[in-house]
Amino acid sequence: MIELPTLGWQSIVILVVFGVSLLIATYCTYAERVIAAFLQDRVGPDRAGPFGLLQPLADAVKLFTKEEFFPAGANKALFIMGPCLAMITALMSSAVIPFGNVIQFGNNVFNLQGIEVNIGMLWVFGIVSLGVYGVMIGGWASNNKFSLLGAIRAGSQNISYELAMGMALIAVLMISGTLSLREITLQQSVAGEWHFWNIVKQPLGFIIFLVCAFAETNRTPFDLPECETELVGGYHTEYSSMKMGLYLFAEYVNVFVASAVMSVLYFGGFNFPFQYELRDWLVSAQGWELMSAQNLISVLGLLGLFGKIFAFIFFFMWVRWTLPRFRYDQLMRLGWTILIPLAIFNIVLTGGLILGGIIK
Amino acid sequence: MQSLSNRAKKLEAKPMTLAERAYLPAIFQGLSITMRHFFRAATKKQVTVRYPEEQRPFSPIFRGLHVLKRDEVGRERCTACGLCAVACPAEAITMVAGERKKGEEGLYREEKYAVSYEVNMLRCIFCGLCEEACPKAAVYLQPDKMAPPRFERDEFIYGKDRLVEPVDPAARSIRGIQLTPEQAQALSQRIAQ
Repeated sequence: MIELPTLGWQSIVILVVFGVSLLIATYCTYAERVIAAFLQDRVGPDRAGPFGLLQPLADAVKLFTKEEFFPAGANKALFIMGPCLAMITALMSSAVIPFGNVIQFGNNVFNLQGIEVNIGMLWVFGIVSLGVYGVMIGGWASNNKFSLLGAIRAGSQNISYELAMGMALIAVLMISGTLSLREITLQQSVAGEWHFWNIVKQPLGFIIFLVCAFAETNRTPFDLPECETELVGGYHTEYSSMKMGLYLFAEYVNVFVASAVMSVLYFGGFNFPFQYELRDWLVSAQGWELMSAQNLISVLGLLGLFGKIFAFIFFFMWVRWTLPRFRYDQLMRLGWTILIPLAIFNIVLTGGLILGGIIK
Repeated sequence: MQSLSNRAKKLEAKPMTLAERAYLPAIFQGLSITMRHFFRAATKKQVTVRYPEEQRPFSPIFRGLHVLKRDEVGRERCTACGLCAVACPAEAITMVAGERKKGEEGLYREEKYAVSYEVNMLRCIFCGLCEEACPKAAVYLQPDKMAPPRFERDEFIYGKDRLVEPVDPAARSIRGIQLTPEQAQALSQRIAQ
């Protein structure tokens, strides 16, 4: 029934997703400051524009006009490549996220998703693990011991937590039986049946995934790669101007993508409670056409997904301004001796429950 | 060692319980605390003063920018005795004394007056010792004015042009309180006589 969208439509969606990711990342910088300020009983930026809403613009102008600095002995090509890679990989992973169900006009079906592939989950994880190259290359090319230490930390941390993250994911895949993010979303709510979001079936897996998402995006309490107290600025010590800005930006895009992936995998994606009841009520009581009712549901689902994503982004920031940083050995111990065994236990538990017919 | 006060507590490093080792309970406790602060900041009146628009009220005994007072009939009170400059611990005050000429009786109260009187606001510590030292009640630190920020250092050296009270009584104030129109009127009449 669902036609493959045309190439033109796909490129429009990709462009929009690209723009929206950048916009959200821009306003994350503002939100982070305001949330940090509120959590600490302060006011936050309120000078640039109404409520300080033009603050990201002012920041961008500041970063663009700063000096482009190249440290002596730095490998220039790699030094430039680092932030570019970080940004590219951060932006690429949002292409496969289903932001909404299909919208239909007559015979034209438009899918609110960049690329619908049956390996969506693998795509996201492949790209996310490539993301560490941006940090590693940037840290290495800086020719600075603090940058190098930060890069090494980033590498080992990401590798350690990717394992637990992947294993938490396997439990989800055992339930869904597919790697397609769209399929996973659709399975979490089927018309006429009582279906739960995956968080109900996978509470332990979600917690593991959440903790690993913090480590993968290098956010507090796992922001050891840029640990200011020990490493000056970590892997971006030597960066200035917009190259620095790209690193910071990539972090927020990563937070956005991580929030989107968690919403899709565990919180029903673009589904929202009582959507089919609402559609049927519109059709039967209000006399709407089935197609336009479905389109309305799709649009509401799109907004719902963004609501979930914003809630997760808020949570990322809330945690950042609450918890202190882990020590490096604590970080490694948590990853290898707690999260990975827990993830394996979760797989076994899920398998048992599936075999017992308790969850499907 | 024996405790003399009996208040010493013996502390031991206990091994962490499972809940403590799992981090999560402590994390949720911390999150709830910061969330309380979030709502407090978002709903209640914040303590932050948004400076240029809002200003904290000055204390009535605040010592701010200097003023060289005039007497009731508008003559400068300062007689350039230099006691303020001597009293000044920061050596912020300099002056040049001059003799009053015939016909200037309406301008200066005493026979000797300050031809120039300068206060360096970058040196001044606003201690008020000049005010205490002055035998003629000529120099005062205003309780409602501060030396505003400037771009150039020499703009902080205030001469008589910026220190002496304006001649017009309506623009004058006594200890920071603006004169009422009646008081100003009465003063103007006395000056006219």
